[in-house]
Amino acid sequence: MELQHLVARLPVEGELKMNPADCVNLFHRWVAGQTMPEMLVDVAELLHVPAGPGVIAVGHEADYALDRTGGNWAILYRRKTPEDGTNADRVARVLASASAAAALIEAEFSGQIAVSRNRFEIVVNDRALAPNRSETFAAAEADLKEGIARFLGHSDFTIAPQGGDARRRFSVIGESKKTFSIGTAA
Amino acid sequence: MKASNPLWKNLLAGRIAEPLASEIDQFETEIELRKQGKIDEKVFAETRLRRGAYGQRYDNGQRHDGTDSRKLPFADKPTKGPGTIWDAPGMLRIKVPFGGVTPEQLELMAEVAEEYSDNIAHVTTRQDFQLHFIHIENAPALMRRLGSVGITTREACGNSVRNVTGCPLAGVCACETFDVTPYARALTYFLLGHPDAQDFGRKFKPAFSGCADQPCGLAYMHDLGVIAATREVDGKVQRGFRILVGGGLGAVPRQARVLTEFAPVEELLPLAQAISRVFGRHGEKRNRNAARIKFLIDKWGIEKFREEVFAERAKLRPDPRWTDYLDAALKEAEKPSRPGADLPAVPKGNERLARWVKSNVRPQRQKGYYTATVALPLGDITADQLRDLADIVRRFTAGTLRTTVDQNFLIRWVSGADVVALFEALEAAGLGDAGAGNIFDITACPGTDTCKLGISSSRGLAGELRTRLAAKSFTMDQAIQDLHIKVSGCFNSCGQHHVGDLGFYGNSRTVNGFRVPYFQVVLGGQWENNAGAYGLPIVAIPSKRVPEAIDRITGFYLEQRQKQESFHDFIKRVGKAPVRKLLDPLAENLPSPEQDPGFYNDWGDPRQYSIGDIGKGECAGEVVTRYQFETTAAERMVFEAQLMLEDGRAQFAGEEAYRAMLRGAKALVQMQYDDVTDEPAEIVQEFRERFVDTQLFFDQFAGPKFAAYLFDAHAAVGRKFTADLAHQQITEAQLFIEAVHNCHNRLRSEPAKA
Repeated sequence: MELQHLVARLPVEGELKMNPADCVNLFHRWVAGQTMPEMLVDVAELLHVPAGPGVIAVGHEADYALDRTGGNWAILYRRKTPEDGTNADRVARVLASASAAAALIEAEFSGQIAVSRNRFEIVVNDRALAPNRSETFAAAEADLKEGIARFLGHSDFTIAPQGGDARRRFSVIGESKKTFSIGTAA
Repeated sequence: MKASNPLWKNLLAGRIAEPLASEIDQFETEIELRKQGKIDEKVFAETRLRRGAYGQRYDNGQRHDGTDSRKLPFADKPTKGPGTIWDAPGMLRIKVPFGGVTPEQLELMAEVAEEYSDNIAHVTTRQDFQLHFIHIENAPALMRRLGSVGITTREACGNSVRNVTGCPLAGVCACETFDVTPYARALTYFLLGHPDAQDFGRKFKPAFSGCADQPCGLAYMHDLGVIAATREVDGKVQRGFRILVGGGLGAVPRQARVLTEFAPVEELLPLAQAISRVFGRHGEKRNRNAARIKFLIDKWGIEKFREEVFAERAKLRPDPRWTDYLDAALKEAEKPSRPGADLPAVPKGNERLARWVKSNVRPQRQKGYYTATVALPLGDITADQLRDLADIVRRFTAGTLRTTVDQNFLIRWVSGADVVALFEALEAAGLGDAGAGNIFDITACPGTDTCKLGISSSRGLAGELRTRLAAKSFTMDQAIQDLHIKVSGCFNSCGQHHVGDLGFYGNSRTVNGFRVPYFQVVLGGQWENNAGAYGLPIVAIPSKRVPEAIDRITGFYLEQRQKQESFHDFIKRVGKAPVRKLLDPLAENLPSPEQDPGFYNDWGDPRQYSIGDIGKGECAGEVVTRYQFETTAAERMVFEAQLMLEDGRAQFAGEEAYRAMLRGAKALVQMQYDDVTDEPAEIVQEFRERFVDTQLFFDQFAGPKFAAYLFDAHAAVGRKFTADLAHQQITEAQLFIEAVHNCHNRLRSEPAKA
């Protein structure tokens, strides 16, 4: 099984004290300065939609967002183009990219946003590659765990597939027993 | 691009109808050939447009980042069309004929919005869906997935027959003549890919309405407007249509004209075919600015156009498809899934429910059943909400749902007994907003968010107005609650600003040496009567002062309104002059950027607005003063022309609009040639030589279109003006003066040409 087009979400802990619209300015600066490794091309502000995609730094290879899908704020990294390497490489990389963005956003809005140091979500944004069913988890579990362990630097964590509605994308919620550092590369 | 792209063809084999499946295969091949340089870029551009793959802002690889216009570091690849970067994200428009959409289609939209776009599906003013930030190489897989649930993007863009829109209440409306749904569906699939509809110079938009006096179908603003009608023949009621042609918004709007007062239903498809043939053969092809069917009708007159259409109709070979569907059409009827019941009284204390029922729920013609509008903010809905909506529609109905031209959804066939439970389900999904059709249910085109033609942020303004007005709208007078606000990011009117009670379209002005986002205030439009009247711009005001402008206009309306007078009638009675007087102070005296930088950026965008247009120090102040003086006078003259038209003095109005254009042209000529006189011939000649022959006046997209307005008016001096013609001349004069401003801004920001 090939895992591509991964999405990592790092949830915001507690209340979001910043105005999410302030991310628009930050993301414009990211585009102008080509701050991130991927080429960013635009900023989409979708805060008028409840429980929606929030503010997105739209990129060619990947998007970054202050995301509110499902009603909970999170820092999101969404890989759009395929990546080389193993599944575990890609899992580690997507978490590291979200983590790097989270570090920049926390630094920009110091004290107003705190990203979780032990919870994360990984989504496979491709139903053809990874339909949301138990067989997918069975096939992907080892690679997911290897990649997550590489990102965390340890194996003391749990992951749980988010089954239920087969229409939704395959995803796992993860929880690390130890806190991890934001901004660390894989 | 997506790793799974090759998989979908096999996964969906046999589930996509022909010829759609083959056409998508062809498009995939054409993408590959373009990558190899074996298809010309212009040909490929039209090819992708006819497949619904549209350009998006920054697709030329340039982006203004707040200090300068910079290149985005896209890879060096073939282009998708002239000046269009291969890898730049684009928009995909998805046709939804007459707005009819099933729960399965909603679920599929959710999937593709998540996997290929930004998790949002956007409902357009023509009942389509749009997805943004789509990569061209993902388009075939996306189209296959859409095709597997019966959706096509074919001919959603380009010079083709666009989505056939229709009244979302068709079949359930108490005032309709009959249900137009089967006829709209038949026309959709008859013209889709029809050989007679493949050689247009421009797009062709059809719309159906079940009745003449309601706005739901907006038949009068379409290239082909079809309104249900009946007549009695030998004691029997015969179904047919009033057929309109040549309507359209765009920069210079036209009301459609009557092709025939009654065409029996059997004649609908052959007449549409004949119209297509006449348009395809005689419509303008080289100058796209004069290529819509309305210009052909202008040129010929409706009588000659009608003669040609009926002559062409007489020559057509009979086609069984013209009538094959008719027997089924008479029998076709949606059915409810649950027994009907009257709407129960709303429990006391549930204010949200009460508001929602009042604004969003409407009784159907069929007793015991209701429609419920799902009001979407700016036409946007998330993937999760699409799935929730699919579940809700299945739970309460037999899957009966439509998109609307107000950028909302309409659930049909809801039993009165289920209305409260429906509301609760919608609320849980974040879809229970009240206020459908209310003043804060604002229509807006994508504007500068994603459209490369956008000048000012229409969605930004609409979002701001929505927030402000929603907070207080339910305490407003009902007359204010019922107003319609329509916002376009430029004069092209995708936000339908011409037919709103309060219309706005984006432009800009240079103030204190900086460019400032402005909106023209458009008054006099009418949403009712199938978009029965078009408004005219009265004054341009800074974008950030539009909320204040709305407060002033609505306050004035409430103060001066007579009894139950509608806003449209009110404006007709009092005229535009007193409104202009109210707004004039807002147009001027902007604080400096140091005092209030907010005026110098747009809603929701902290970048300094078009800072590349800074012209400080490049022009002598004296010249600027004279320029401003002249263009201000030109704008005043256009407004005075409107007042003359209101007074019924069409001849004076048309002539004054022409003189306003001369004044605007003179303002530019004086920048190069101080001694130009007031002699019209000299102004026109100097303007032509200095600004048109040199292409200085050329619009980036429209080319010499706006200059042609002056030249045409000058060449036609002495003609007789009807009210319609004067209306057109005033609109053109306003656009010409906008173009003067744009040219002036460009010249001030660019080094002088040798």
